[in-house]
Amino acid sequence: MSGHEFQSFFGESGEVDMTDTSTSIDDATMAELRELAGRYPQPRSALLPMLHLVQSVDGRISPAGIEACAQVLGITTAQVSGVATFYTMYRRRPGGTHHVGVCTTALCAVMGGDALLERVSEKLGIEPDETTPDGTFSLERIECNAACDFAPVMMVNWEFMDNMTPEKAERLLDDLAAGREVRSTRGATITSWREAERVLAGFPDGRADEGPSAGEASLLGKSIADANGWTAPKPEEAK
Amino acid sequence: MSDTLTPVLSANWGVEKSWTLDAYKTAGGYQAVGKALQMTPAEVTDLVKDSGLRGRGGAGFPTGMKWSFVPKDNPNPTYLVVNADESEPGTCKDMPLLLASPHTLVEGMIIASYAINCHTAFVYIRGEVLHVIRRMQQAVKEAYDAGYLGTDILGSGYDLDIVVHAGAGAYICGEETALLDSLEGRRGQPRLRPPFPAVAGLYASPTVINNVESISSVPAIVKNGSAWFGAMGTEKSKGMTIYSLSGHVNRPGQFEAPLGITLRELLQLSGGVRAGHELKFWTPGGSSTPILTAEHLDVPLDYEGMASVKSMLGTKALQVFDETTSVVRTTLRWVEFYKHESCGKCTPCREGNWWLVQMLKKFEAGEAVEGDVDKLLDICDDIGGKSFCALADGAVACVTSAVRHFRGEFEAGYSTPAWELFPYGRSALFEVPETMGAHA
Repeated sequence: MSGHEFQSFFGESGEVDMTDTSTSIDDATMAELRELAGRYPQPRSALLPMLHLVQSVDGRISPAGIEACAQVLGITTAQVSGVATFYTMYRRRPGGTHHVGVCTTALCAVMGGDALLERVSEKLGIEPDETTPDGTFSLERIECNAACDFAPVMMVNWEFMDNMTPEKAERLLDDLAAGREVRSTRGATITSWREAERVLAGFPDGRADEGPSAGEASLLGKSIADANGWTAPKPEEAK
Repeated sequence: MSDTLTPVLSANWGVEKSWTLDAYKTAGGYQAVGKALQMTPAEVTDLVKDSGLRGRGGAGFPTGMKWSFVPKDNPNPTYLVVNADESEPGTCKDMPLLLASPHTLVEGMIIASYAINCHTAFVYIRGEVLHVIRRMQQAVKEAYDAGYLGTDILGSGYDLDIVVHAGAGAYICGEETALLDSLEGRRGQPRLRPPFPAVAGLYASPTVINNVESISSVPAIVKNGSAWFGAMGTEKSKGMTIYSLSGHVNRPGQFEAPLGITLRELLQLSGGVRAGHELKFWTPGGSSTPILTAEHLDVPLDYEGMASVKSMLGTKALQVFDETTSVVRTTLRWVEFYKHESCGKCTPCREGNWWLVQMLKKFEAGEAVEGDVDKLLDICDDIGGKSFCALADGAVACVTSAVRHFRGEFEAGYSTPAWELFPYGRSALFEVPETMGAHA
């Protein structure tokens, strides 16, 4: 025996906060929840989008939101809670206006993500999964966000912030705190986490045309191919 | 012999407003769908079968064959579900594709749906990519407005609806049966097979689940023919595919090439490993594919080539790490990912990954003791192949392959912290504090 103590730890799995019963869900929200349920062959398929909508309205998964989903879908609140607590994007406590994620999965971590997270955490004065007292920022240690060719990566309200450095991160946070315009490197102008959640729920905000078609890294292979005159075979040559 | 790089899917990514219907059509888009709708569904399936297209999401299963498994006599509707839950560490090809050219996927979905006689198709996109979701939502709307979706598509009498669905943060939902549970509004946990989704998938109905890149490859195959597709790649791994190069390379990025290109060639194109450093280890297709070393630079990056060196092609996510990188630290971080993402359904995975993380933390801190490497492998043996899905196998693969190639580095964890052997700041792209050590 090596003396390792193996202990499972489930402390992170926190429940929905049922003590905070405040809500902004109104008839319009209920109508939108029903609209989402109507988009699928079976209404329960809409539960994930509906929970995104609850977050956009209440800033978290609220007890009233759970009740509303259960009511619209004809399932129990326990069934809704079970889903809400499974997925990491659902917040059980109010978050910040801006939700900041720093990727610390292996590749980003090694390339500077760990240091970035330290710097951001220091700058905001909070640890991951906490929110600043003024409610401007919440911080999350995120897992791989499918942008590894732009490592190290941060996300703000689920918009890409590619090729980050500690200096860029500080400037980004300063700009957001001051209400200055901030653009995602491959996305739209940053609004708020709640507005992002509404789009994820399935209500477009008409901003798809903002931002570039691709980042430089995405286009690298194509540009090298062009420079060398490389192409896929011509269909007529391939018989 | 085809060219070194063969941009097909990525050919239009740099075009002005490439994500719009107009730009896509200008680049030749939506020609394939007209052609497909003139064929019979069986002819379309046969064409894709003949092309040799294999699943680009990791498993490499022949796409056309998957389609042909849908029973013809099942009274329930058939569904197509596109897996856009791209979350495998290192994998970053589908998101740029959807960001730049969502209509490629829409067109592929129409053709695939027609081939399997499906009238409602879904795209399940991971939730953490807002702008990708915006672009996809808009593309689907444009396609409806232009008559490519809805009823009587292009006057063919064929109807199709597409639903764009955002996930909510769970790697496991990239596993096809967990994805189906999630799409049914449940916790995303894998199902026991059989029955396979082709027979009892979404709503217990026949369902085909394909990766974004697989379905996006279909329009080009329909347009140019299976012989054209087969003119690229190798005998058993046909066609072009997107390789994603990341990590300690001078120029990371996306490279669309015929299957069978080697990492050596890709590194040459990307300016090599960062200046003054050399390759230490790499993944061929995400963290779930066993790591390889400089010894494997010339092995073809295709399904067979990677199998021949005990790895897998996976998602073709080539993560490159140089000699400054601690294998122990990297392995720990990957396993922490699997621990976090284990859905909790199967005991070996749920508990085993917790155990592995605790052991690996001791290795990282130089506090492991003699014999712990064998114990680590022993635990891996208790996890791998003993769960419903492949998540646990992926977790184990990164540990066992790391030990296979760098056992000495793990044994060094009996006495020396990883951050002393490999000061972490040296691996970063920017100056980091000297004190940078254990993250926990």
